[in-house]
Amino acid sequence: MKFLDEFRDAAVVHALIGQIRATITRPWTIMEVCGGQTHTIVRYGLDELLPREVALVHGPGCPVCVTPIEMIDLAIELSNRPEITLCSFGDMLRVPGSTRDLFDARAAGGDVRVVYSPLDALELARREPIREVVFFAVGFETTAPTTAMVVHQAARLKVPNFSVIAAHVRVPPAIEAILCSDENRVQGFLAAGHVCTVMGIDEYRPLVEKFKVPIIVTGFEPVDLLQGVAMCVAQLEEGRAEVENQYARSVKNEGNIAARDLMAEVFTFVDRRWRGFATLPKSALALSDRYAAYDAIRRFGLTQTRANEPIECRAGEVLRGLLKPPQCPAFGNSCTPDHPLGAPMVSTEGACAAYFRAGRLAAAATEAK
Amino acid sequence: MCLGIPGRIVRIVDEQGLRMGEIDFGGVTRKVCLAYVPEALIGDYAIVHAGFAICRVDEKEAARTLELAREIKTQLAEEDE
Repeated sequence: MKFLDEFRDAAVVHALIGQIRATITRPWTIMEVCGGQTHTIVRYGLDELLPREVALVHGPGCPVCVTPIEMIDLAIELSNRPEITLCSFGDMLRVPGSTRDLFDARAAGGDVRVVYSPLDALELARREPIREVVFFAVGFETTAPTTAMVVHQAARLKVPNFSVIAAHVRVPPAIEAILCSDENRVQGFLAAGHVCTVMGIDEYRPLVEKFKVPIIVTGFEPVDLLQGVAMCVAQLEEGRAEVENQYARSVKNEGNIAARDLMAEVFTFVDRRWRGFATLPKSALALSDRYAAYDAIRRFGLTQTRANEPIECRAGEVLRGLLKPPQCPAFGNSCTPDHPLGAPMVSTEGACAAYFRAGRLAAAATEAK
Repeated sequence: MCLGIPGRIVRIVDEQGLRMGEIDFGGVTRKVCLAYVPEALIGDYAIVHAGFAICRVDEKEAARTLELAREIKTQLAEEDE
């Protein structure tokens, strides 16, 4: 397909690897903060093609994975109510809450449905006016505008039986948290291309200035990722720290103005705890007061109670880029995509699921030793 | 989650005040919201995420990115000779 096949060209991939090999003189650690990029890297084995000096670590790039357990508990609680139809993206249904997941809630009689787009959830509410339809909205800044549009539409078309649990999160506060941490070893970042398609690249300039790390806005295909790595390595070798845009075919400096404008109207920044992290300031999007009527948390008077992750699951360290999935003792043993202990093994974009599906089990055993 | 697929806009319609349309993904056509790409026309490529076009794909920039990558290929081949 156009704009996909040409960015998977093996000859170009090998040329980029050759270029990186020719430039690099010492080890560098680079983090990508996007589950889609993690999957491309692991699926095509890009990390294994790169020279040993390049260590790619996987960051908190999967929004399903960083959604705190207490928000999943909220969704489960709502799905127990007989008048409520709870919808979300398929990945969300299998993420364990503190005692069970949304699929269990459905098996117990809850009306839980999978939607492909938030538009489907709004359509469902209009089709079934006697049901209270709640959309459990997760995702980074790429997905947030889609929720913003349906909330705006619900208000405009006066759909009274529609509301959302807004669990959207923002990438820059997570990068800042990683860079502020004493345990940090990341020297450069590949920023998520589609997040920047919406938000533009200016949000990343203060991070580059404050922490003196290169940030390369990068696409999702093998050629994109390797070009992003090549640009990052070139900056590191030359002692530069700048924001550069590899994914210019989709990312403009200013982002998508229409999407940003509606997000600014519908959402407000709030502090939120992320799975694997402490509470990150202004890291999440909640509905603004203007759209309070469409906020399921306010509509149904829900209160969040702090819940803890299972001790055996080391998702927190995986999400902070400190542990590769195969280094977790549970990986492939007590934790598999069929019986996940933590969110990164559930989501199609989680780092643990990426390694498991790419058959990195043998490598896993060796790496663990 | 941030998965976005490029496809070609084949139809643009107004649905209750919302700019909607159809996008062709190599033979499979889906209904998509085009409200965030007011500048896009039929025949343009757009990146689609969760039922929404989030940007128009800039063909010139795509060609430039590939050109840069292919230049390296040529350079390396020349160095090998």
